[in-house]
Amino acid sequence: MLAYIVRRLLYAIPILVGVNLITFALFFVVNSPDDMARMQLGVKRVTPEAIQKWKAERGYDKPLFWNAQAEGVGKATQTIFYTKSVRMFAFDFGRADDGRDIAREIATRMNPSLAVAVPVFVLGLFATISFALLLVYFRATYLDVAGVVLCVAMMSISGLFYIIGGQWLVSKVWHLVPISGYSEGLTAGKFLILPVIIGVIGGIGSGTRWYRTIFLEEIGKDYVRTARAKGLSERLVLFRHVLRNALIPILTGVVVVIPTLFMGSLLIESFFGIPGLGSYTIDAINAQDFAVVRSMVFIGSCLYIVGLMLTDISYTLVDPRIRFQ
Amino acid sequence: MKPVLLWSDALFFLLIAVTIGGAWWGRQQDHLRAGWVRVWGHRRTVVSASVLAVFFAIGLVDSLHYRSQLPLEEGKPPAWSVEVLSALDALLMPLKTNTEKTYSAPLATELFAKETLEEGGRGFPPLKYPGTHLFGTDKVGQDVLYLTLKSIRTGLLIGTLTTLIMLPAAVLLGIVAGYVGGWIDDVIQYLYTTLNSIPGVLLIAAAVLMMQVIIDTHAGWFATAAERADARLLALCAILGITSWTGLCRLLRGETLKLREMEYVQAARAFGGRPLAIMLRHILPNLMHIVLIAIVMDFSGLVLAEAVLSYVGIGVDPNTISFGTMINAARLELAREPMVWWSLAAAFCFMFVLVLAANLFADAVRDAFDPRAAG
Repeated sequence: MLAYIVRRLLYAIPILVGVNLITFALFFVVNSPDDMARMQLGVKRVTPEAIQKWKAERGYDKPLFWNAQAEGVGKATQTIFYTKSVRMFAFDFGRADDGRDIAREIATRMNPSLAVAVPVFVLGLFATISFALLLVYFRATYLDVAGVVLCVAMMSISGLFYIIGGQWLVSKVWHLVPISGYSEGLTAGKFLILPVIIGVIGGIGSGTRWYRTIFLEEIGKDYVRTARAKGLSERLVLFRHVLRNALIPILTGVVVVIPTLFMGSLLIESFFGIPGLGSYTIDAINAQDFAVVRSMVFIGSCLYIVGLMLTDISYTLVDPRIRFQ
Repeated sequence: MKPVLLWSDALFFLLIAVTIGGAWWGRQQDHLRAGWVRVWGHRRTVVSASVLAVFFAIGLVDSLHYRSQLPLEEGKPPAWSVEVLSALDALLMPLKTNTEKTYSAPLATELFAKETLEEGGRGFPPLKYPGTHLFGTDKVGQDVLYLTLKSIRTGLLIGTLTTLIMLPAAVLLGIVAGYVGGWIDDVIQYLYTTLNSIPGVLLIAAAVLMMQVIIDTHAGWFATAAERADARLLALCAILGITSWTGLCRLLRGETLKLREMEYVQAARAFGGRPLAIMLRHILPNLMHIVLIAIVMDFSGLVLAEAVLSYVGIGVDPNTISFGTMINAARLELAREPMVWWSLAAAFCFMFVLVLAANLFADAVRDAFDPRAAG
């Protein structure tokens, strides 16, 4: 098991190098640092000195890949690629355009993100599984058909509608919770309840449909027929046999998203003014802060790779027939 | 009048031509026809397909672009307006030009906000074209119905061209990885795992930011604002395509691995068929149902994604009329008292109808062509 994890970690390195190369190519090769400086400083009437100053402040005044003027190892290290990419592997992200330390910012913004994302994930999973089980219990009846139609309709509604509509109805018309904002500690509850509910509702349509097909697949198997032949009631069959076995594909399927919960939700955080990583990313995109966007890409990729690894491990934990290879 | 063919128009026409050609070809293939008979078997599918057809017709009319001629002046060569119009604009000319001063409610006769009237006192000034705005007008007084109809083309283009752009790469790499195997398989797998591991929104954001820099620094490439917006729309499709081909590629690779061991493929190999011929003749046709399902399933998600991306600021050009830009412009107006709800409602309703029809149609296609889909 340990050897397997180590091998997977080693396998992650080329992928992270690839991610870094892609982002680097996107940010620096497609557009020269001069273009970026002109974009930031305004396209017209910008002096070469201002561009040089902008580049020097951000460390973009070096060659891209190979510094012929430097000595020894410096030929490779005194470059933008090295200073901007390789240091990321040590989680050294440098500073944002407003001068703040990105790593520090990420550490403080992680908690609000998790405070929204974890309840949405847990409650969403619980709600979709119960809803799907309900539909399966009433399968091939009008209730089932109506439920599936409702799911398709809910999937067809834009996520923006849930957020805007929910804010309008609950906060503006009913005055139940504040429209947006965040605070530390226990008082955060009143700010978090609406985003969490909206996040759960937004995901219920597609989730229910997906789990319903998993349950239906499971219900056609032989062991279910055996359980019924023993004379078990339909409810016992569903909860004791079908649910337990269907949890294997469901859990292994959701494991991959668990690490990415740290990244937060872009839309919900920015609409509800929650100072998490999602709104941090959106602000960086709008302010065209390249350093922050690049750091978030890197962290997101790392978390995704961790998720893939956890998925593989969880397969072997729930299903002993699968071995590490 | 001088016709203008934007790149997205050309691709959209190509797409429609390919669809019609494919349908005509498919009619002669018995197994495909059987699938389509199953698709059309439900009334629900027929209704959703008709709705989609109406949307596509609007999009098609909106893709016939032209530049109108400016009034002739003596001794000068004829000149054309810089504004690119479409056949839909020409049809909706009264809607496009009958603008009010600012917000007005659906079918209202007065403006939405009180003003100082010419005859003295404060009150609601009468509209210039009372009762003609079915969905009201927006902040700058444009008719909301006109904006929604114009949004349809943007949504359709994002939903279809993205898949069209990514399809060749996904199919080619998927089949080659599955059939050839070895180090080529490793390289292709590495490629899509790497792309997949970058969070989609962030990759799109990074690419769109970079594209903006390119477009801004090379303003000379585009003759009109419409061309610039069009380039940005196409680039967005390409970027969305790059982030979304990996799923289909992995699916096709897995299926090819299975097909490769089938007896008819082995027989073809035993008869000395070259790999390229086997891939084209025997593997590709047996993957087409997966491709078809992927095209229709992706469509609705992409239409919804456009609205979200435009809200985040990494979607279409802010001057392009789309559901996303409409929602973005109108979302703060719910806070007004009394609130302005009609542009949001119109955008959400049209988007809902389009996506719902697409979802229902996609389900029917999947049920008919996917042998594993049950329930």
